[in-house]
Amino acid sequence: MTEHFLDVKNLQIHFPTDDGLVRSVDGLSFQLERGKTLGIVGESGSGKSVTSLGILGLHKGGRAKISGEIWLDGEELVSAGAEHVRKLRGKKMAMIFQDPLSAMHPYYTVGDQIIEAYRIHHKVAKKVARKHAVDLLGRVGIPQPDKRVDSYPHEFSGGMRQRAMIAMALSCDPTLLIADEPTTALDVTVQAQILDLMRDLQRDFDAALIIITHDLGVVAELADDILVMYGGKAIEYGTAEDIFERPEHPYTWGLLGSMPRLDREPTERLLPIKGSPPSLINVPAGCAFHPRCVFEGRTGGKANTEVPELAETEGGHLVRCHLPREERRAIWANEIKPNLESA
Amino acid sequence: MTDPLLSVQGLEKHFPVTKGLFQRQVGAVKAVDGVSFDVFKGETLGVVGESGCGKTTTGRLITRLIEPSGGKVVFEGHDITHMSQGKIRPLRRDMQMIFQDPYSSLNPRHTVGAIVGAPFRIQGVKTEHGVKKAVQDILALVGLNPEHYNRYPHEFSGGQRQRIGIARTLALKPKLIIADEPVSALDVSIQAQVVNLLEDLQSELDLTYVVIAHDLSVVRHISDRVAVMYLGKIVELADRKDLYESPMHPYTTALLSAVPIPDPKRRAGRERIRLQGDVPSPLNPPPACRFHTRCWKVQEICKIEEPPLLQLAPGHQVACHFPENTPAAPDAMPAAAAQT
Ligand SMILES: Nc1ncnc2c1ncn2[C@@H]1O[C@H](COP(=O)(O)OP(=O)(O)O)[C@@H](O)[C@H]1O
Ligand SMILES: Nc1ncnc2c1ncn2[C@@H]1O[C@H](COP(=O)(O)OP(=O)(O)O)[C@@H](O)[C@H]1O
Ligand code: SF4
Ligand code: SF4
Ligand SMILES: [Mg+2]
Ligand SMILES: [Mg+2]
Repeated sequence: MTEHFLDVKNLQIHFPTDDGLVRSVDGLSFQLERGKTLGIVGESGSGKSVTSLGILGLHKGGRAKISGEIWLDGEELVSAGAEHVRKLRGKKMAMIFQDPLSAMHPYYTVGDQIIEAYRIHHKVAKKVARKHAVDLLGRVGIPQPDKRVDSYPHEFSGGMRQRAMIAMALSCDPTLLIADEPTTALDVTVQAQILDLMRDLQRDFDAALIIITHDLGVVAELADDILVMYGGKAIEYGTAEDIFERPEHPYTWGLLGSMPRLDREPTERLLPIKGSPPSLINVPAGCAFHPRCVFEGRTGGKANTEVPELAETEGGHLVRCHLPREERRAIWANEIKPNLESA
Repeated sequence: MTDPLLSVQGLEKHFPVTKGLFQRQVGAVKAVDGVSFDVFKGETLGVVGESGCGKTTTGRLITRLIEPSGGKVVFEGHDITHMSQGKIRPLRRDMQMIFQDPYSSLNPRHTVGAIVGAPFRIQGVKTEHGVKKAVQDILALVGLNPEHYNRYPHEFSGGQRQRIGIARTLALKPKLIIADEPVSALDVSIQAQVVNLLEDLQSELDLTYVVIAHDLSVVRHISDRVAVMYLGKIVELADRKDLYESPMHPYTTALLSAVPIPDPKRRAGRERIRLQGDVPSPLNPPPACRFHTRCWKVQEICKIEEPPLLQLAPGHQVACHFPENTPAAPDAMPAAAAQT
């Protein structure tokens, strides 16, 4: 048991393939309460989407090997039956995808899809469900919802389609919402609208929200807590302030240095991370980040032999790195932070 | 002022929209609708705007991958708008394009050596120590291992493939490179590598860039001057500092205000301008000021009269009846006149 609304403990999701075992999620733990937002960030292939599908039980029955625990509102989901988790989907937890077209049926109107989803969990007349659908479409900011309820997905613009999918996800008042790159395909002005909408809805529904993205700007806008993933593992986990103001992991530093920022004077040069993210079939031994880490030589030969623990540095802020805490803080203050600000 | 390397004057591209069995033309997508700007040697001009505003079409028109419906493209003083393919061939060496998608723009059945060496063969260029040596030098220049000459594109990561794409454009020592979303398909750590590479190559090889991108932060980092497009038109063009610090067009202000800021402390205090709805379809753009359906400063005149692109401060052009951040005493003159 657990006192958290969502408590993920040592989650592992591995896929046996012809090329070898893909360790997509490898010992992930985090907690989330209702009314709070967790941001999961990382580069492509770091295991973000596999994590979200795993929580929703969408790997069940496939070839994935899943272990660990997922506690949602007092119920454990890894050991629960596929049928039971399917029922919770939609009712208690729902997903918002990057590409709404893939989540919607092209031959049914948006209204019919919301109505059907609603009536699976609520024994109400079709008329009542339709009224609910119109209300929801209005709530997510679709103009003339009583007309648009009869439109097909392809008749909506990109931003409106994203709103319609959010309405679908909300149809049964879920308390856990997982949004996987919800704004990645959208233009910046529409992205801003959708982020505002998600912020409002989360407050109104008092939901727990997980927002998954590769964009540090997007998590900074929404998240209370942030988990940074690399090679299927959390490498840093803390409050948004921990991650942006006192980051302690060399990978997090690298992400911050790679990013040009509008809120600061332009720097002469970006400070990229060398190399590219690892394949999850061949995760480097020891610290998965060591082939790309400039501080690898400072960890006394441990970096490529021993996997560092995700250990607390202070006040719930967790870091997975062999460097001693004091050294990390000194590096951040003296070698990294000054370079992120323009000369 | 020196002559521009590239001058685009009133450029237009209207794609016909056809219907029915006989492909009757029922309208036109005004993808690019009267775009003018100059690009000077050694500078980087950034072109930003939301999807569908005509950025890619502009790039393809400049490089003559498609034919314009109107206007002129002048490169090094030569009007190349209607030059025959035969006559334009030598100019192709001077003007190259980098594409967004490093996957689809490389032939999967050709080795890296063949891909990067193709321009030499097609253009029949003599190399001092043979094509192979020339290609290997370019591979080293873009940060690839010259020994990977015989490998195929699928053996490289996304970032490396974009380097191959860049290497290919460098083979013939171009003067101007048009880069269309060169980093938007890449992970953030790789984006930064490629941005730095583009900057290094620019200073080493004396290149001039037009960088087309939707990411306002990347464009600010890389550009000297920036043009903002909306529905086929340039609505604002200025030096980077002026554009980002004192934007005059309401659309530019809204774009900047929409960019998520990676600073959780600033979340609450930030003043936000939120536009309503999506960008309208270029098939039926709103009349007069095309931005008027989304603009929070809209007045009657904006719906009746199209605002011309005027130079309201040195080097700062804007097309708006009610611009912001204008200098105290504006002595406005038409942008076209101001250029000469
Ligand atoms: N069904 C699957 N079978 C095998 N490998 C998979 C499967 N789904 C995802 N993977 C692999 O797991 C890794 C993590 O993927 P994903 O979670 O989608 O990353 P991202 O962080 O980009 O969302 C990738 O290497 C991906 O190829
Ligand atoms: N070959 C074409 N035929 C018809 N319409 C086109 C064609 N190419 C582009 N368009 C249209 O022209 C407009 C501008 O497109 P594009 O230049 O690709 O915009 P951007 O690169 O800014 O996203 C869009 O509405 C697009 O659909
Ligand atoms: S453990 Fe070593 S290699 Fe890994 S992030 Fe820390 S310093 Fe770098
Ligand atoms: S001309 Fe009018 S509608 Fe157009 S941008 Fe200016 S104020 Fe807005
Ligand atoms: Mg993903
Ligand atoms: Mg484009």
